[in-house]
Amino acid sequence: MSQPSTALRIRVNGADHDVAAEPDTPLLYVLRNELSLNGPKFGCGLGQCGACTVHVDGAPRRSCVTAVSAVAGKDVVTLEGLGTPERPHPLQQAFIDEQAAQCGYCINGMIMRAAALLARTPRPSRDDILTAMDANLCRCGTHMRIVRAIERAAAGGATGPAGREG
Amino acid sequence: MSAPSASTRSRREFLADAGILVVGFTLFPRSVRAESLGLEPGRSTAPSADALDSWLVIGRDEGVTVYAGKVELGTGVSTALRQIVAEELDVAPTRIAWVQGDSQLTVDQGRTVGSGSVKRGGAQLRRAAAEARQALLEIAAARLSVPVTQLAIDDGVVSVTGDASRHLTFGTLIGGGRFERTISGRAPVKAPTSYKVVGRPVPRVEIPAKVTGKHTYVHDVRLPGMVHGRVVRPPRVGATLESLDEQSAAKLPGVIRVVRKGTFVGVVAEREEQAVRAAKALNAKWSAAPVLPDAADLYAKLKSLATTQHVVGEAGDAASALRSAARPVRATYRWPFQLHASIGPSCAVADVRGDAATVYSSTQGAHQLVAPVAALLGMPSDRVRVVFTEGSGCYGHNGADDVAADAALLSQAAGRPVRVQWSREDENAWEPEGPAMLFEMAGAVGADGRISAWTYDAWTPTHGARPTRDPATLVAGALVAGATPAAEFFSGGGERNARTTYVLPNERVTSHAVRSFPIRTSSLRGLGSPQNSFANESFLDELAASAGIDPVELRRRHLSDPRALAVIEAVAKRAGWTPRAAAPKRGGVAGNGMRKGRGFAYVQYDRTEAYVAAVVDVDVRPDTGAVRVRRVCVAHDCGLVVNPDGLRNQIEGNVVQAISRTLREAVRFDSTRVTGVDWNGYPILRFSEIPEAIDIDLIDRPDQPSVGAGEAATSPIPAAIANAIFDATGARVRQVPLTPDRVREALRASKV
Repeated sequence: MSQPSTALRIRVNGADHDVAAEPDTPLLYVLRNELSLNGPKFGCGLGQCGACTVHVDGAPRRSCVTAVSAVAGKDVVTLEGLGTPERPHPLQQAFIDEQAAQCGYCINGMIMRAAALLARTPRPSRDDILTAMDANLCRCGTHMRIVRAIERAAAGGATGPAGREG
Repeated sequence: MSAPSASTRSRREFLADAGILVVGFTLFPRSVRAESLGLEPGRSTAPSADALDSWLVIGRDEGVTVYAGKVELGTGVSTALRQIVAEELDVAPTRIAWVQGDSQLTVDQGRTVGSGSVKRGGAQLRRAAAEARQALLEIAAARLSVPVTQLAIDDGVVSVTGDASRHLTFGTLIGGGRFERTISGRAPVKAPTSYKVVGRPVPRVEIPAKVTGKHTYVHDVRLPGMVHGRVVRPPRVGATLESLDEQSAAKLPGVIRVVRKGTFVGVVAEREEQAVRAAKALNAKWSAAPVLPDAADLYAKLKSLATTQHVVGEAGDAASALRSAARPVRATYRWPFQLHASIGPSCAVADVRGDAATVYSSTQGAHQLVAPVAALLGMPSDRVRVVFTEGSGCYGHNGADDVAADAALLSQAAGRPVRVQWSREDENAWEPEGPAMLFEMAGAVGADGRISAWTYDAWTPTHGARPTRDPATLVAGALVAGATPAAEFFSGGGERNARTTYVLPNERVTSHAVRSFPIRTSSLRGLGSPQNSFANESFLDELAASAGIDPVELRRRHLSDPRALAVIEAVAKRAGWTPRAAAPKRGGVAGNGMRKGRGFAYVQYDRTEAYVAAVVDVDVRPDTGAVRVRRVCVAHDCGLVVNPDGLRNQIEGNVVQAISRTLREAVRFDSTRVTGVDWNGYPILRFSEIPEAIDIDLIDRPDQPSVGAGEAATSPIPAAIANAIFDATGARVRQVPLTPDRVREALRASKV
């Protein structure tokens, strides 16, 4: 194993971690491979698709093109930091209620981006949602449900029972 | 293996004494499944489909574990199949654990393809669950000394009708034991009218984990000692490796191995970012490459190559009917190469050590991947185990199999478990592409207002180039052998829905399968069906317009199947279809000079599967040529619906992906390589471009067998969009993607 030239400390989901990576390592690899946080996903490595989105000081950031050194001293939150299967965040619950996933690979980015939107704009219009989400790609075509899930969370209806049909 | 418990022994003695049908069972070793099935540990021999024990195991804790060959590709099928088992076995779906796609532990149910998982895979699981239920009833009848007919089951508890105090749970009846029973196919199955779980919108089991980062994708598999690999592909299709400066990468931090086998090149490093850096730094010299067809001449090239010609269907005498037609119509349609374009590039983890290998892969065919990987590694097939682990989407034959071979080769070379994830560029340039198609159509409507002649000719490379036992059918295998992975004619697939289901008196449907093409192609969702249906349903619309007949009415005149007519009726009603005669209305003009139009299309998928009719509303801006799909109505009949919400999710996904393929997508390439290697070069639909509504009418037919729904709803969408553009503007766009440039060009040609 090569030795890192510097020791970096980053704060992720409320806890401090010393990381072994070189400072210019994409944050995504550190989150996944050193901290075993599988929420953020590699999609393009180019900042084009949004699958790797995390929050840095509350703002959505693409962790595949963000050097780990750039988040030193800042608060990083990943999908795991929002909630768990047992205690999901209201937005995660809204995605469950709307069954807003197919393969689900893009969903990390969808939820992280939408969470940042709702923190800034608690009652977004549909156009606000489409504009905010336009930077993220989904291939399964789950867009309609993702939009509904964000609207449901915004309306505060994110704790209802799963399934929409009787 | 633990010794049989006292209660087990007494139960067997009781059964023997009772002198009625004895269902044998032995204790099931909980930890080693393969051993329990009589398989030598480490030997990759799939369990027999005939043995009930191959399909499911009931534990002492009342849990049911199902071993399914069909796998979850993101379509929700593992939930739907659970519903089928739960229904037939009389247990709550939540008590069912699921093991899928393991070449050593699950039955080979064939690849998870062609919308066949519920139809075929579900039928197999239903039979297995029904057999298990019957076996449990027989054991309980013996123990309770009552006939089977006096027993009822509720959520895994068998009780005597009218005396609920006399009951036994599944766990006490067989927990940990084996059924030792062959699936007879004679166990009674439930009547659909009595279903309690099938037909209900059961939430998908894996979604809570997927939205919280707890779901394990193949990308998330981590083995002890695992390191990271990256491949370095030739920069041009068909280029060979002339020289490799291994030191250019080997000296970099963390690099374990630079691997070269023939034209196959890869690196292995301790950390992922080190592997990425090493792959970029590796200094390789590649030969010049054969020239690809000029993108502008693609369709002429397709038509010029050697083909295997095949008459898919014929009736009457289309040629003479066409010659005698008063107003024959001819049209040429074009469909480009397209990508599966999963959001996550292909990934696999392989652990190759000594004389055995385990490969974690999002393959559609774990059992089928064993042989070519084993051949590539130089191992007997029974030393290779492939374990399905869900990937990023699927949509057909993508890079999953190829990256598994990459990981296997790099793991073998490094002597460590290796995870390989392709870069976005690797993915776009090297995944098997959905094939381009060229169509030449001719036809006519007679004086009686019916189609009097119909001819179809289509040229396309193979839509089916799945891995065979030959390792050269995997990219790594081809490169090791110094060959170029190309589209060879292994099987067709381009003929899916080539012939319509309309009853036509004079038709001739001819496919021209291009035998070899320098760009490697294989199965993309629906195979030839969306493309064929684009041509057929656009052309039918052209015939209707030429004859002044409402396009829905013209379709009805050539259909008699009541289920076909029912979906057409349902979607026309839901959308508020207004019958129209000949010429398009040239657009209701909305704001900004926007023209509004609506188009119709109908397809019975693969001619024997799901019935789908669609009405699409579009806005077209004549000045820019921009098309926006506003609303899509779909009526869908796939027989018995297992999970209505899961089905809606699939239909919505098909519709959105089909809009994307129709309006946006084409593989860009120059004379030597694919150039569209990122999301700017291969754009897909974005949120700002989705419809305002997708309105779905599910026609549930509990009396009809379930057929697949993973692909069907894609097929009518492309033509419905093109027909809507025609309705809006009078301009016919016959080449996908229906880009603003092509719409403007069609508008000029139609002199609107």
